[in-house]
Amino acid sequence: MAKRAPPMRDVALHGIEIAPSQVRGAIRLVPLLRRSVKEDLRFLKRSYQEAATVVSLDGELLAPGVKYISYVPHGLVVSWSDDGTPVAAFGAQMSRPDGKRIGRGPCAVRIAHRMVKREEGNRLRMLPLHVAMEGFLALCFDGPDVAWSEYSKQAISTGLSPRWERVAPGYLVPGLADALRVFEIHDRQVGVLVFVADALASAFVVSHPEDYRALHRSILEDFFGELMIHYGLLPPTGHLSTLGMDAARVRDASDLIAEVERMRAEWASFHGFMAEGLLGRPLSSKQVYQAGPFALQRFMTDLRPSEENHVGEAIVRDDGELEYLKTYRLSAAQTRRAFLLLQLAKHHWNLDATAAGMATTRDDLVKRLSAAGFGYLLKEHVLKAARA
Amino acid sequence: MAPSDVPSVQAHGASPSPGSRAERVAREDLVMFINACFSCTGQREFYGDARGQSVSIEFLHEYILGNYRRLYARTLAAGINHFNMAQIVTGLLATGRDAHPEHREEEGALIRAALRVLPPQRALRVLGALRSLRVNNRRARAVARDYLAGRPDVHFDAVKYRAKVRAAAVHAHLRLPGEVGPFLFRGWNQRVYETPLFEKFRAGHYAAASIYDLPFSIAEGLARKHGVPRDVFLSRIEGQMTSAEKMRLTEAAAREKRPVDLRFDLARAPLTKLALYLLSLPLGERTERRDEFHVALQRSAARAFSRAPAPLGKVAAVLDRSYSASGSSEKRRRPLAVALAASYLLRAAAREYRAFWSPRLDDERGEHGELFVQARGQSALGRPLAEALAWGADLVVVVSDGFENDPPAGAAEVARVFRARLDPQRRTSIVHMNPVFDEEDYAPRGLGAALPTVGLRDAEDLLTMLGFARFADGMARLDELEDYLAARVREMLGRAQTHAARGRGEARR
Repeated sequence: MAKRAPPMRDVALHGIEIAPSQVRGAIRLVPLLRRSVKEDLRFLKRSYQEAATVVSLDGELLAPGVKYISYVPHGLVVSWSDDGTPVAAFGAQMSRPDGKRIGRGPCAVRIAHRMVKREEGNRLRMLPLHVAMEGFLALCFDGPDVAWSEYSKQAISTGLSPRWERVAPGYLVPGLADALRVFEIHDRQVGVLVFVADALASAFVVSHPEDYRALHRSILEDFFGELMIHYGLLPPTGHLSTLGMDAARVRDASDLIAEVERMRAEWASFHGFMAEGLLGRPLSSKQVYQAGPFALQRFMTDLRPSEENHVGEAIVRDDGELEYLKTYRLSAAQTRRAFLLLQLAKHHWNLDATAAGMATTRDDLVKRLSAAGFGYLLKEHVLKAARA
Repeated sequence: MAPSDVPSVQAHGASPSPGSRAERVAREDLVMFINACFSCTGQREFYGDARGQSVSIEFLHEYILGNYRRLYARTLAAGINHFNMAQIVTGLLATGRDAHPEHREEEGALIRAALRVLPPQRALRVLGALRSLRVNNRRARAVARDYLAGRPDVHFDAVKYRAKVRAAAVHAHLRLPGEVGPFLFRGWNQRVYETPLFEKFRAGHYAAASIYDLPFSIAEGLARKHGVPRDVFLSRIEGQMTSAEKMRLTEAAAREKRPVDLRFDLARAPLTKLALYLLSLPLGERTERRDEFHVALQRSAARAFSRAPAPLGKVAAVLDRSYSASGSSEKRRRPLAVALAASYLLRAAAREYRAFWSPRLDDERGEHGELFVQARGQSALGRPLAEALAWGADLVVVVSDGFENDPPAGAAEVARVFRARLDPQRRTSIVHMNPVFDEEDYAPRGLGAALPTVGLRDAEDLLTMLGFARFADGMARLDELEDYLAARVREMLGRAQTHAARGRGEARR
């Protein structure tokens, strides 16, 4: 077994270069190219037809325990080799879905075993983005660790369960389908940064260019925050005209070639700057699976309510090269909810201490909790007293 | 474009004074319109849908017809595509009342000549469209009459385009020769015909054996009626098929993975058609027949060159083969085919030639690597253009749909800086040829102010279009553009006259 990878500190595009963006309407797609392509980690999409998928997070399939329920349009099957030899492209036998199917037609439900499940050989089935979302929902999931009298019976006995969030599939983001259709995929392209109205909505990276080509359209099935639907309705994003050529530096025709390359480099660094809400932000991360030299981790940016925040999952090779990345941008309300939970957890769920820590009053904190949708955690009279 | 800037005198064809604002507006409008007429067909493109394309081009037609009627008519002679010729003819016939008496004769002659240039199905569709537009005036009737009278074989037309000929005949109250009238209106229900082709058509409805002397498209329907197996039908009808039909059928069959075996002479096909056919084939077949295709393309290019011989010096071509060159389901791979055909044509015309594809073609393919070109990858026109200029070409032709993204505005910047710093005297000319109409710009999309953009219909027209580029550049004045169009009109009408004279001579014999 290879050594365990250290937890991710930030999202760094090791082994990947940024290319100039392609704009269609309000959508800007920034291609990510891999410097040297390796063949030892491949992805394949496995489609699910069911209206909902129930994932047993602990214990056996259908056994009691924590469940994650969502619409999951597809999973990813990951194959790898431990010694760097190319992984054979897998064929049609791989299309057999995993887990169990219950019900028929439009009422069918799939029961899946764990978010990330080892299949035969060096093969892993994972539910993309849901790995990260599950981590986000599980934040402080157990509820108060001290039975303060303000908390409701439900909060003390079952924690935050059921904890839920709402997201929208990519095909509801206006213009995204069209932008993906006309996007011109580069030869070495392995990923893309999706900007909606020049706000970073998602990042997606795989290991191999052929896999990217096959998964390009699957971005439509990924989920986005509802803010992105509003952003998609904004007027078209113009080309940024400032990144031109400096005529003074051109003395002969060969300088023109150098200047074109310089323009490309400027675009790349500019897009890196645009994506700073994700790249280079401090993260909290947790390893989910170790597969040979590859570590699957999920991460969350430090939750600052005033800034954009992302959750995501990544596979990093043991030499630090980024092999897989998929992120979701939290909406402002989602960020607020997670932020409040973390503050409570930091002060052992004591309302007064938390309020003091956040430089606010206890009543305001209760109101904020209630507005964020956590009213069910508190007893009725506490809420009433705060509102009075 | 600002309609309020256009002085009303334009409607009567008088030119505004040179250098004035009105002159500039008029020139820009016309260049935009003629450019649009080269590339737009109202069909779906990679970036634009069919609805947007047709709304955009229809607006342009109405605008130019309303403001510059005489030049609108003269555009017919500029070598524009069939779709727009048909639109112009329809527009002129529908608004005959507005024609200035002085220009009426020329307009009529241009309409007649244009209909003769159009393929029969398109010309007949124009005459049919007059019916749905409820246009029925003396001139329209005379045009329909003259058109049908000028056709070499009216019997053949009556069989192959029966519904269209009938629509035109009914609408224009035509008196039809011989059995054509009964044929059009009674069809196969008549007892017997003396005209052999009509008799075959009648018999074909009852006996499968009689269908093989009919035009392919007619026989195809009858074969279905008789339940003739497809392969038997194709092998027996092959002699009746035109080579365009064979090419189209082979392409369609390959797309549906049911290949048919039809032989036709590649080298006789027009250059762009041939390139389109080649690109429809899978890479395996292209590899097997690479020499055959290379020779055919070379011959076709040489033929196109000999028709408009304008030898060129040291020429470089920057050719876009990005994913957007794949066109749409209505124009499959057309931008790519135009680029490939342009490459062969320029090689035939130039003393020294080099092609710079974007993205670069891999050299592993070896000889005739261009034949394996595929629409894939990003549009990086900046670097190849810079390389072409560094190579020292006198003429650089960029064939692209005008969308570039790696980096955006790369070619525009290269051209701008090149003009400003390295070539202020304009010794090197750079021309952008665009086979795609952009509905939002009402013109083929450009690559910045330093690169004149010209719409391109087929690669065969590329050499003539080089002459048009100076108008797109904004260098030439409106009266020069008018002279250019007038010369093309004289050419077209001269051709039409000799054609008509020859036709009369044959009829007398």
